[in-house]
Amino acid sequence: MNAIIAEITPLAAAPPASRQRWIERFAGLGFAAPAFILLVLTNLAPLAALAFLSFTNYELGALDFSFVGLKNFGTALQDPVIRRSITNTLLYVAIVVPGGVLISLLVAILIHQRKRTRSLYEVIYFLPVTSTLIAMATMWQFLLHPTLGLINQVLKGLGFAETAFLSEPRLVIPTLAAIGIWQLVGFNMVLFLAGLSAIPRDLYEAVDIDGASHPIDRFLKVTWPMLGPTTMFVTVTTFITAFKIFDTVAVMTRGGPGGASEVLLYAIYLEGFQYFHMSYAATLTLVFLAFTLVFSVLQTFVLDRRVHY
Amino acid sequence: MAGLTLRGIHKAFGDTSVLNNIDLDIADGEFLTLVGPSGCGKSTLLRIIAGLESQDRGSVSIGGSSVDHLRPHERRIAMVFQNYALYPHMSVFDNIALPLTMTRLNLFERLPLLRHLSSRRRRVMGEIAREVRAVAEQLRIETFFHRRPGQLSGGQRQRVALGRAMVRHPQAFLMDEPLSNLDAKLRVHMRGELTELHARLGVTMIYVTHDQIEAMTMSDRIAVMDHGDILQLGTPADVYERPATTAVAQFIGSPAINLFPAHVGPSGQVELLGRTLPIHVHNAPTPELTVGVRPEAMRIGGGPCVVTCRFRRRENLGSESILHFDLVASPEVAVLCRVDNNMPIPDGEVTLAFKPRDCHVFDHNGRRIEIESRMAASRGVRRASEVR
Repeated sequence: MNAIIAEITPLAAAPPASRQRWIERFAGLGFAAPAFILLVLTNLAPLAALAFLSFTNYELGALDFSFVGLKNFGTALQDPVIRRSITNTLLYVAIVVPGGVLISLLVAILIHQRKRTRSLYEVIYFLPVTSTLIAMATMWQFLLHPTLGLINQVLKGLGFAETAFLSEPRLVIPTLAAIGIWQLVGFNMVLFLAGLSAIPRDLYEAVDIDGASHPIDRFLKVTWPMLGPTTMFVTVTTFITAFKIFDTVAVMTRGGPGGASEVLLYAIYLEGFQYFHMSYAATLTLVFLAFTLVFSVLQTFVLDRRVHY
Repeated sequence: MAGLTLRGIHKAFGDTSVLNNIDLDIADGEFLTLVGPSGCGKSTLLRIIAGLESQDRGSVSIGGSSVDHLRPHERRIAMVFQNYALYPHMSVFDNIALPLTMTRLNLFERLPLLRHLSSRRRRVMGEIAREVRAVAEQLRIETFFHRRPGQLSGGQRQRVALGRAMVRHPQAFLMDEPLSNLDAKLRVHMRGELTELHARLGVTMIYVTHDQIEAMTMSDRIAVMDHGDILQLGTPADVYERPATTAVAQFIGSPAINLFPAHVGPSGQVELLGRTLPIHVHNAPTPELTVGVRPEAMRIGGGPCVVTCRFRRRENLGSESILHFDLVASPEVAVLCRVDNNMPIPDGEVTLAFKPRDCHVFDHNGRRIEIESRMAASRGVRRASEVR
């Protein structure tokens, strides 16, 4: 008995500090491992594969491939389709981001002041978010039809000429942008409504007593600054969503007319899954990711300095 | 600076009436406190004066002219909120300057970017900066002009809120529980500062609080409110020494007043727990009475006015003690007695004595009844000395 105790004691009396540190280290790694493994499997490994592919000439179904260095990137720079896609995407983003943010802010402010009808309006504006964009795109295509569509019927009734929204090269991106805004407003509005509810009421009262009774003053002195963090979040997410424009193009225009609605993600889809140029598609995807990253970082840093939390 | 007049102010939220025909005259330069338990309507009354809430009936006049149709800023009053309501995205300087920029610059001169086109704005901003600096020096906050409210302590924020109120030279200051977010020590300090500020500025102040100590220490007059009515309006000494109702008696004074059930004897004498007290009442509507005696008026000992109690526990406050007793006749009635710390702790049953002139007698509705005691002469002398 005594012998057993004697054998056990040295272990139990081992320097507790270092043992404790080991246990903590392994426990910490153990807890972090599932998230880390998932991150590697779903994000980092595909990204690495993507980067690897972009330096090869691999085509879908090909049996072998060789390294071509930066050739794919060179091709992308020369490719008129890609240039056009980037320009179109940027134009789309330039319309959707301000439109999607400002319109949803306006809608949120208007709805916030409603008392009984507020939830009704919330549902109405939120409906597009819950619907499938593919189905909605088909619906929009029908609405926008040059002769049969409801919108053109209304325009005609008002005395305007028939407009082929989706087959007029100058109009196609703004039209798609309008649909994109329609889809986004409900979601952004909900975020802005949450932000508006968090503004303490006595700030409005203080500003009322201090003389800012004009709605513009109230907005500039209280609402807008207090919504800073929400606005920043909404802007960044809207930007990323807008940059990913794909569904409406794929369903409604297929890049037409004459490439006027070719966008980056649609070009990647065509290269990768229609023409099977996997390596080239991988290169374009890297370009796409770089754009998103640069803009997000830029926005975060520029806005972050102006936002009060 | 101006006095205020409230006439017949009535306010209800839905079916709940929160203010019932409030009449109140506040003199120019007076420090008036609205005090009462939460939900008594004091904050609503203040917000009606400020114009943040509209009354259902009645009128508010400031400086002799009605302000019922005016928006809050046109009433030329300043308000300090419970949680200060400082603009968190603005510096201390901008917070204090805001009331001035709002009134002295036009909309164009206040717009972002465009405002830099105005040359008048630069000149006006110079004047505003001078005035803000003057106020800040009075409150000793000029050293953190460029910080934001989030970087300040509670007391500093309180000063900034005061500065924002002072900078406009308002006709009256309205304060809605301005000290309740501060810790106990700072609260005592700010109490003193506010009193001094009032003396220095000489401006009318209407102060809302649920803390009777703040009301007693700072005010010229106190309006004790409950359930939308002003129960009593008077100087702190008046309210403490001659509470108009049991509710006022219980609310003012700490620890709270002892209340005993009593009734009128055959010859008009007050009978308390089987003992006849040397006090007469003449105009009691019913025989049921309530007798109130403040804990500081009770002594352990004998005499004509006593209650028999059993000792429960002692609360040591350092300089003095609060002794807790149960009434022997009805143990559910707690009796408090305030004594010096060097008093020996009693054991078991004791009699607590008080003077007839320290008794407050209330009728069955809780309204005060004037009493006559044998020591009326001495009481008369005491009151005469107070009048001075």
